[in-house]
Amino acid sequence: MKLARLARLDLTDAEIEKYRAELSSILQYVEQLQPVDITDLKPTNQVTGLTNVMRDDEIHDYGYAPDDLFGNVPAMQDRQVKVRRMIG
Amino acid sequence: MDDANHWLPIAEISRKVQTGELKALDLVEQALSTIEAKKEYSAIIATAAERARQRAADIDAAVAKGEPVGKLAGVLFIAKDNFLAFGAETTAASNMLRGFHAPYQATAIERLEREGAICVAKANLDAFAHGSSTENSDFFTTKNPVDATRVPGGSSGGSAAAVMLDMAPFALGTDTGGSIRLPASYCGAVGYKPTYGLVSRSGVVAMASSTDTIGPLTRSVEDTAAVLDAMAGRDELDSTTIERDQAGYRDLPTAQLRGKRIGVISEYMGEGLEPGVRSVIETAIEKLKEADAEIETVSLPSLPVALAVYYIIVPAELSSNLARHDGQRYPFSNPEAKDLDASYSGARGHGFGAEAKRRIMIGTYVLSSGYYDAYYKRAQTVRTKLIKEFDAAFQGVDYLLGPTAPSMAFKIGENADNPLQMYLADIMTVAVNLVGVPAISIPAGTSEGLPVGLQLMAPQRADRALLGIAKETEELLHA
Repeated sequence: MKLARLARLDLTDAEIEKYRAELSSILQYVEQLQPVDITDLKPTNQVTGLTNVMRDDEIHDYGYAPDDLFGNVPAMQDRQVKVRRMIG
Repeated sequence: MDDANHWLPIAEISRKVQTGELKALDLVEQALSTIEAKKEYSAIIATAAERARQRAADIDAAVAKGEPVGKLAGVLFIAKDNFLAFGAETTAASNMLRGFHAPYQATAIERLEREGAICVAKANLDAFAHGSSTENSDFFTTKNPVDATRVPGGSSGGSAAAVMLDMAPFALGTDTGGSIRLPASYCGAVGYKPTYGLVSRSGVVAMASSTDTIGPLTRSVEDTAAVLDAMAGRDELDSTTIERDQAGYRDLPTAQLRGKRIGVISEYMGEGLEPGVRSVIETAIEKLKEADAEIETVSLPSLPVALAVYYIIVPAELSSNLARHDGQRYPFSNPEAKDLDASYSGARGHGFGAEAKRRIMIGTYVLSSGYYDAYYKRAQTVRTKLIKEFDAAFQGVDYLLGPTAPSMAFKIGENADNPLQMYLADIMTVAVNLVGVPAISIPAGTSEGLPVGLQLMAPQRADRALLGIAKETEELLHA
């Protein structure tokens, strides 16, 4: 299923069959938006009316230790996250 | 604890801890023994016993020295396990995050701790907060305290159950489409979803960033207000946060109900509403009339499509937020993978549960280039229509009212094979999240012995007023 590949999800054949049926019924349900009249309306992304929230570009110390932040990474080497080879 | 073995009101607990009449450490032991005694309900993923005892001992020592200990001194709470907190793992009830130790705490937790509150445990949820029953937890299903064969609702089901099982005076939940209010309704708790942005989401596992909110679950509106008061307001770690009410959220306005215009949402009282729920809500409406509230019927014509809007926008946003779980940065990884791509899809394919995968695929689909306009952009535009209808309704009435859910708690397993049927449990809660207004579910009575929640809504930023009339309504219902 192309969608599973786009979402980077390894699925078994049984899962693909199950999701194919379930996703079809969910997408069929959301079809009810197609006839809704949206003339002259703009999409909403932010509901409280805030626009860009800025602060001065200064270094703030929030008390986070880099080693703590890396503490959950499964594979590290020389204080860097270790991943598979990216370039063949 | 009072005569019925419930916790005292939060204000009373903190007052007694401040004067030394109660020891925070004794309260912690009491909470831990209740958690142990009621573990068959599976409300809790892990306790933070050691840290809780240490914090309690520090508070008791500060009291002995006459030092200030905060407005929530010694008040215990249970955090939904998607809040980053010290003292236990933060798993979001997912295999993906099993073994994750928070490197920092959520702002909400920090602010509660600053006032002397103590986190004793982490509550179960649908994994990554995807669900309406806690059956999507990757670990186990929580049982409803009123009837253990039924679900507690979700996704904050462990939090609602924990409060009603008296494991702590309050619990924290998150509400993206009803995940605080639905379990509150199913378990008989008070559940509050504040105005979008009123409580910082920093340090909470993100689901759908344009609708995610944080709030308390308690046994009373007054307790909810005390908790909100400690958490609300701007936070530079969450740029979507808004200013808190100048008057705070304690000392709520009283005697406001008389003459207030309350609109009963006709779309929520129509077809599909269980007769038992209808009768509880109608009785509540009668009591409000007797208290001289002006009740009228209000229609928001786009409400029937709100759930469809929700099930496009939310999967879209969560599929982006969950992209970070790529097998490289968090505990769950796929070290046997043959290449980089396989290390992503292998970790995601095996680490995510069924509902997360389902939603990630829907989100990926509605955001893909050929379908973006037809699905995502259209949903965001219908959302605008819904916002305008709420704005128009609030021109005519002060508050909106309806049931929290169309039915009572369903049986464990009843909707397990039908994801769409499960989504319908949220049909009366999702609109509020799309529009960003505050809403509260308060227990209004029972049908067939099962709790029924009454939902009240107010315009954005009217949280203080909403809590005030909710407290009056609660008094009427219990009178």
